[in-house]
Amino acid sequence: MAYNYLEFEKPIAELEARIEDLRLAAGTNMDVEEETGKLSQKVEDLKEKIFSNLSPWQKTQVARHQDRPNAEDYIRLLTRDFMEMHGDRGFSDDPAITGGMAWYDGSPVMLIAHNKGRMTKDKIMRNFGMPHPEGYRKALRMMKMAEKFGRPIITLIDTAGAYPGIGAEERGQSEAIARNLLEMSALRVPIIAVVIGEGGSGGALALGVGNRVLMLEHSIYSVISPEGCAAILWNDGAKAAEAAELLRLTAQDLLKLKVIDEIIKEPLGGAHRDVDATAKALDKALKKHLKELVKMSPDELAEDRYVKFRAMGKFVTA
Amino acid sequence: MWFKRDKTPKAPAPEKKVKIPEGLWVKCDNCKEIVYKKEIDRNLKVCPKCDYHFRISAKERLDLVVDEGSFVEHDADVAPVDFLDFKDTAKYKDKLKTYQAKTGQKDAVISCTAAIGGLPANLVVMDFGFMGGSMGSVVGEKISRAAERSAESGVPLIIFSSSGGARMQEGVLSLMQMAKTSAALARLGKKGVPFISVLTDPTFGGVSASFSSLGDLIIAEPRSLIGFAGPRVIEQTIKAQLPEGFQRAEFQMEHGQVDMIVDRKHMKDTLAKILEFFGRG
Repeated sequence: MAYNYLEFEKPIAELEARIEDLRLAAGTNMDVEEETGKLSQKVEDLKEKIFSNLSPWQKTQVARHQDRPNAEDYIRLLTRDFMEMHGDRGFSDDPAITGGMAWYDGSPVMLIAHNKGRMTKDKIMRNFGMPHPEGYRKALRMMKMAEKFGRPIITLIDTAGAYPGIGAEERGQSEAIARNLLEMSALRVPIIAVVIGEGGSGGALALGVGNRVLMLEHSIYSVISPEGCAAILWNDGAKAAEAAELLRLTAQDLLKLKVIDEIIKEPLGGAHRDVDATAKALDKALKKHLKELVKMSPDELAEDRYVKFRAMGKFVTA
Repeated sequence: MWFKRDKTPKAPAPEKKVKIPEGLWVKCDNCKEIVYKKEIDRNLKVCPKCDYHFRISAKERLDLVVDEGSFVEHDADVAPVDFLDFKDTAKYKDKLKTYQAKTGQKDAVISCTAAIGGLPANLVVMDFGFMGGSMGSVVGEKISRAAERSAESGVPLIIFSSSGGARMQEGVLSLMQMAKTSAALARLGKKGVPFISVLTDPTFGGVSASFSSLGDLIIAEPRSLIGFAGPRVIEQTIKAQLPEGFQRAEFQMEHGQVDMIVDRKHMKDTLAKILEFFGRG
């Protein structure tokens, strides 16, 4: 199977290429089982070594990997009868956000997600998952509907950020995001938000005010992109790796800062190496948290979310 | 020909250096006219030639809008910490010290209860002079507390924004201040207590995409730059020049994002009238 290897995966790529070569050669008459077995073990060890020590910048690359499973994969693998809803009823339908009604684990839920798309044409159509205001307003419409009919909300976060463009500004990108934050904080149904790839700033948070916030192991969540941070600090976007280090944007950092509740483990080598296994891990975490949340009353849910976000921040009183 | 061209072109006359005595005259950021500083000060830091509203500190702002002697400060002791050990060109720790010394404030915001035209309000005023008015934990906390204070007492909340956005030096916790402040405003709204948001130059990013845009009323000072993404970022993204007046207060009003544009000299009266309209409780 051909993977799109990242720069730091080069040693893995070389070993896997050798195994592949051996297997092809074996087609003739050589017995290579023993040799490939040894090499495969070596690959696993190497992956373990590399992936348990990823730098923040390497994690950023994994989180943005072109083959990383996206919202559509999880919807397909984890839900049934997904019925997509479209439009904000005001301006248009924003394909950068996909959402609708679905059945999950035997219950009806509202599922809302950033959608980066997969193939080039699809990616362009979806503006690479960077929503316009109408995307956030569509999401809010779905959330209010979920509240009206008492359906839990699951959001999947995966965006570089809200789109910085003329139309977005004209139609109130700021207001759209702010409104979602305000409304989400007070919704009377369970909300679970999962960062599945990139959690880019306010554009991510606008789907992220959950009773539970979870992150996949190699996903990132940041106040600003490493490139943007580097451009501001050093006037040099190329210093993104350094900025990534400074920003503390990994799932592990966010757990320490108590911004998220749980890290969902990815298969060795990243979510894209085994989409089914990743979906299974996500499924397990979602079930656990949903089970806890559905026991809470609407008042308790809103209060729980308020208290959670109200407590965020570090300061002293001196 | 009755005139003759001089073959050797004269060296260009040395540019006359206009010596401006330190502090007496200022060049307007907008019309580039040299204006007598005292005249600008008398004119509430507004250029008398072109009506440009200079950026002013939180303290200057408060002086302009609240009744004399009515100011009671809140949460002045809430101070920032460098919990990430953030170091770029300088340590965040040291930057904080520098700005604290410069402004006499712990962070980029002053919170108080005061009267405007005899009517009480809780005011939070951002200070662009403190790290670009960026929102970190302290700004988020003081705004949330002010919203809660208003929800409790029924006294209207007024926030003057002036900020480049979230404070990178506090990482993702800065981002979370957007959710925190918006959640506090949701509660304020449920109590039926008015929130008036005043946008001044500049209001961007995480500030504009949270509490700033959530006012029952949104007021802007003339010509203020207001937006989600900064103009430079947008230009780089769309690879085109932005139209004249883009993201100015007037543009935002035209696009339905702002209720009214109010000159600095009318701000106090306008706020007083608004407070009167809402009444108490």
